[in-house]
Amino acid sequence: MSVLTTNYLTPSGREEAWRFTPLKRLHGLHDGVAVISDRISLCVKNGLPKGVSFTREDLDPLAQSDDVIIERIRGASKSVSHLSIAANSEIAEPVFLSRSKGAVDTAEFSRVRITLGANARATVIVENTTDTVLAEDLEISLAPGSDLKFVTIQEFESKSVYTARHHAVIDKDAVFKSVTVTVGGDVVRILPTVEFIAPGASANLLGVYFATAGQFFEHRIHVDHAVPHAKSNVNYKGALAGQDAHTVWIGDVLIRAAAEGTDTYELNRNLLLSDGARADSVPNLEIETGEIIGAGHASTTGRFDDEQLFYLMSRGISVNDARRLVVRGFFNEIVLEIGDQVVQDRIMDRIDSELEKAASDV
Amino acid sequence: MSTLEIRGLEVTVDTDNGVVEILKGVDLTIKSGETHAIMGPNGSGKSTLAYSIAGHPKYTITGGTVTLDGADVLEMSVDERAKAGLFLAMQYPVEVPGVSVSNFLRTAATALRGEAPKLRTWVTEVKSAMEALNMDPAFATRNVNEGFSGGEKKRHEIMQLELLKPKMAILDETDSGLDVDALRIVSEGVNRAKEANNLGVILITHYTRILRYIKPDFVHVFANGRIVEQGGPELAEKLEANGYADYVSK
Ligand SMILES: Nc1ncnc2c1ncn2[C@@H]1O[C@H](COP(=O)(O)OP(=O)(O)OP(=O)(O)O)[C@@H](O)[C@H]1O
Ligand SMILES: [Mg+2]
Repeated sequence: MSVLTTNYLTPSGREEAWRFTPLKRLHGLHDGVAVISDRISLCVKNGLPKGVSFTREDLDPLAQSDDVIIERIRGASKSVSHLSIAANSEIAEPVFLSRSKGAVDTAEFSRVRITLGANARATVIVENTTDTVLAEDLEISLAPGSDLKFVTIQEFESKSVYTARHHAVIDKDAVFKSVTVTVGGDVVRILPTVEFIAPGASANLLGVYFATAGQFFEHRIHVDHAVPHAKSNVNYKGALAGQDAHTVWIGDVLIRAAAEGTDTYELNRNLLLSDGARADSVPNLEIETGEIIGAGHASTTGRFDDEQLFYLMSRGISVNDARRLVVRGFFNEIVLEIGDQVVQDRIMDRIDSELEKAASDV
Repeated sequence: MSTLEIRGLEVTVDTDNGVVEILKGVDLTIKSGETHAIMGPNGSGKSTLAYSIAGHPKYTITGGTVTLDGADVLEMSVDERAKAGLFLAMQYPVEVPGVSVSNFLRTAATALRGEAPKLRTWVTEVKSAMEALNMDPAFATRNVNEGFSGGEKKRHEIMQLELLKPKMAILDETDSGLDVDALRIVSEGVNRAKEANNLGVILITHYTRILRYIKPDFVHVFANGRIVEQGGPELAEKLEANGYADYVSK
């Protein structure tokens, strides 16, 4: 374990980036108080197909970060868990990464890299389970013409804290799609961020989250259009139920002066299923050039639609089943994008049980 | 043999401008196998009557009773009313995003029958119900009413009527928005349900055309929140010729 030599600025909670986050519940990840263990929890689940390797190596960061926890992680270690997908390989089945057992009395600093060689195609599914305190610097590099579906599932147990940046650097004509699912943990704070470094690339950032009593889930998206002719779409859907369930969705999209021909749209929809829950939703579009194809955003927060419930119940469906159908229906469009039936079913079941838990809490 | 009995039904709705009285004492008795047409001007309260019987939360019952074979319908939750044998084909069927028609129908059938229908026979049952109404089987995988045309929504309502086999059905302007062929197909569906289950029907409509396919035993004129006249099928012809002027001026 290397010694921390840098002086890090500890956030006070007044900074824009930290104003929603309950710093007291971060187990000292942000202020250096956390005791860092040397566990490395990320592992390959079912073996690797040809053309895919998973190694531990020293790597410099792909991109800068102004997130203090990311800086602390980088200051602590150069060593990275590196999943590499060789150029031109088409990986038919998803590559699964999962977690070994964690702990909450100590914290883990994790650095991860996913690299797609030129014209490679793959789906990577990261299953974040166990009870843990985990801070992660995850970077994704998409070489020209590559195509990655990156699925990250936060199914942590109830005491867990996870703070992470999932940063994708997307080269010419590459296609990046992410599906971020957050359904478990005490505090989850993810920065799904994207930067385009050459024209013709696209990013489709999808997400679902479901927070119940006391849980805090934050997704702070940042899409940087620095080059011409890139396309981005953001669609996150959340549900909240129970006292002090709190979600935060920030959608920052920056279209720089050079980013002519940009096409971007972002959407966040929240379903408030009970009183006492709070959904913050802040879309933020910054446009420095008028030469774009389109840029838009929308954000809605609503309750159960009485008309939908009435319609279902008028066919004999009980109120609980009707709610279950409506909530499943709400999330369906995004969960289906995962494309793996077993994972999809598990998430839908989890959503059902979150809903049941919430109903019995009330 | 079932009887749906509506006595002195009074209903209000809360609006931004306060409480509005809509139903002002509705009396109506429907027995199994009977078809009662209700005709009346826009805004007279026909849909309010339909929704109130089905239990829509928007409406407040301020007086009167509704019973099905003596059981107090107004005490029942919406799903209990369906389980008791009531069905409402809505004037504006609701879109339910992300919920497929097949999942919806199976959940409803499971609730109403008390057990999940056997998968093999169920698939055939749904398929033939759709075919009978000239619906593309692809509708089964679409989301409930989402993107359905007006006429497709109405067919979907009547398909549910045939599948779910209620005792009493209220059809709220099922004929509106149907082309001539669809009107015949949908009417045949209603007649099949009548025959198969000795269904009692309240048929709310603005047009006599549907009454040529679905023969009413009684025609009621609805105006200003109550039934103002009753008669046989000939009353419908009279309304078609004369309009409602005689009734609304009162
Ligand atoms: N939620 C509401 N807020 C305000 N007014 C309402 C509401 N619901 C019903 N009304 C009013 O109650 C009256 C009766 O409406 P209803 O829909 O029952 O009429 P209807 O007879 O079915 O008309 P149509 O033939 O046009 O379908 C109308 O004046 C309508 O505007
Ligand atoms: Mg109406």
